[in-house]
Amino acid sequence: MLFLDAPSVLSVSQLSRYLKELLEVNEMLQDIWVQGEISGCKIYPSGHCYFTLKDAEAQLHCVFFKYARLRSSAPELRDGMAVAANGRISLYERDGKLQLYVDSIEPLGDGVLFLRFEQLKARLAAEGLFDIERKRPLPAFPSVIGIVTSPQAAALRDMLRVLRTRCPLAQVILSPTLVQGADAPAAIADALDLLNEHGDVDVIIVARGGGSIEELWAFNEEVVARAIARSRIPVISGVGHETDFTIADFVADHRASTPTAAATAAVPDLSTWLADVQAHRQTLAELMESKLLDLAEELARAERDLQRQSPRYQLDRLRQQLDDTTALLQTRLQHMLSLRSERLRGSVLQLHSLSPLLTIARGYAVVRRDADSAVVTSTRQVQAGDAITIQVKDGLIHAQVQ
Amino acid sequence: METLTFEEAFAQLEAAVAALQDGQMPLEQALHHYEEGMKLAHYCNELLQKAELRVQQLRVNDEGVPVVIPFEAE
Repeated sequence: MLFLDAPSVLSVSQLSRYLKELLEVNEMLQDIWVQGEISGCKIYPSGHCYFTLKDAEAQLHCVFFKYARLRSSAPELRDGMAVAANGRISLYERDGKLQLYVDSIEPLGDGVLFLRFEQLKARLAAEGLFDIERKRPLPAFPSVIGIVTSPQAAALRDMLRVLRTRCPLAQVILSPTLVQGADAPAAIADALDLLNEHGDVDVIIVARGGGSIEELWAFNEEVVARAIARSRIPVISGVGHETDFTIADFVADHRASTPTAAATAAVPDLSTWLADVQAHRQTLAELMESKLLDLAEELARAERDLQRQSPRYQLDRLRQQLDDTTALLQTRLQHMLSLRSERLRGSVLQLHSLSPLLTIARGYAVVRRDADSAVVTSTRQVQAGDAITIQVKDGLIHAQVQ
Repeated sequence: METLTFEEAFAQLEAAVAALQDGQMPLEQALHHYEEGMKLAHYCNELLQKAELRVQQLRVNDEGVPVVIPFEAE
């Protein structure tokens, strides 16, 4: 059993500090040049840059602080770049990490991976594999979406989530594959070919989540590029992050920046369609209502027209006409009668004025022979003894001629 | 109608609206378009409401033919 206070037992901090000192007293390690390929390069908002220098067998963590970067004329660092870095080796105690604290960096030309990338890209471009004319339009409303990716990947979950939200009507057929490692390129190509062989797929997404350039490398291999090019079904690529470009991106019919973006590009957003359905339903109802209103109005008009033509209406009209005519007739008759009676009165007056009675009234008399009622106007008409009647104003006087 | 895809039903719905918009048609025909359109709208709605993303996966069977099997999420 060890005593905790024995000098032979060190705390982690003590050991770390010791190792750190050991490294820092070594003069060679305090000003050293290391050559390798940059990978996993990240610049934080603080301005500090972190990356790994690697070669075929080993890797070394590197920190390139902002002040050092600004002071040196370092090139813009990117993954795959071959560089020689100058700095000091020390231990980052918190993480127990041996690091190169970089003072300056010299580029050694493009890295091997980057070179291969550029060569393949140039060759395939010359072949016309990236031509715009080769790009096929994506189906507006795919019902089956093929996905080529790893079944375990977070990328798949992300894509399924997007598809479920945007277009739950769709059907997904996963063609599982490795997405990194030596066997990945052939596996990805096979998975693509398999979906084409199956055939019943409208669009294919080839995807992988973010990672280092080595992890994404399978998508820069020629077999993958060829498989995408020969796919009869349009292909969307969604590999890595926004800043990652792979050969697969160039060959694909549509390049999406991430798996999520690829899923978004693959299907329409049904919520907008739902709104359209509602709008159409509304329009239908409005159109039908206005149509019915128009018809009702037309019907009312026709009804009025019909009523005007009905026998009853005619009869009423005739009855009224009859009334009017009768009234007119009466007026006319009255008029005629009054006209006649007027005329009669005139005649009577005239007659009256001519009447002998008037003369009699003035003192004249009419004498008649009783025998024949003849008016006696001469002495020769009567003889003595004839009975005569003398008519005066107020009566008759019977007399005898002497 | 049950055999229509959403897209087909939606296209027919649009056609019904266009036909009704045209206006000059007998009432019976207008009613037909209206009822058909309403049914289609209902159908579209229902499809969306009921829809649930179906996920399957491909596997090569013993004869080397790709077959579709249910996808088991990990």
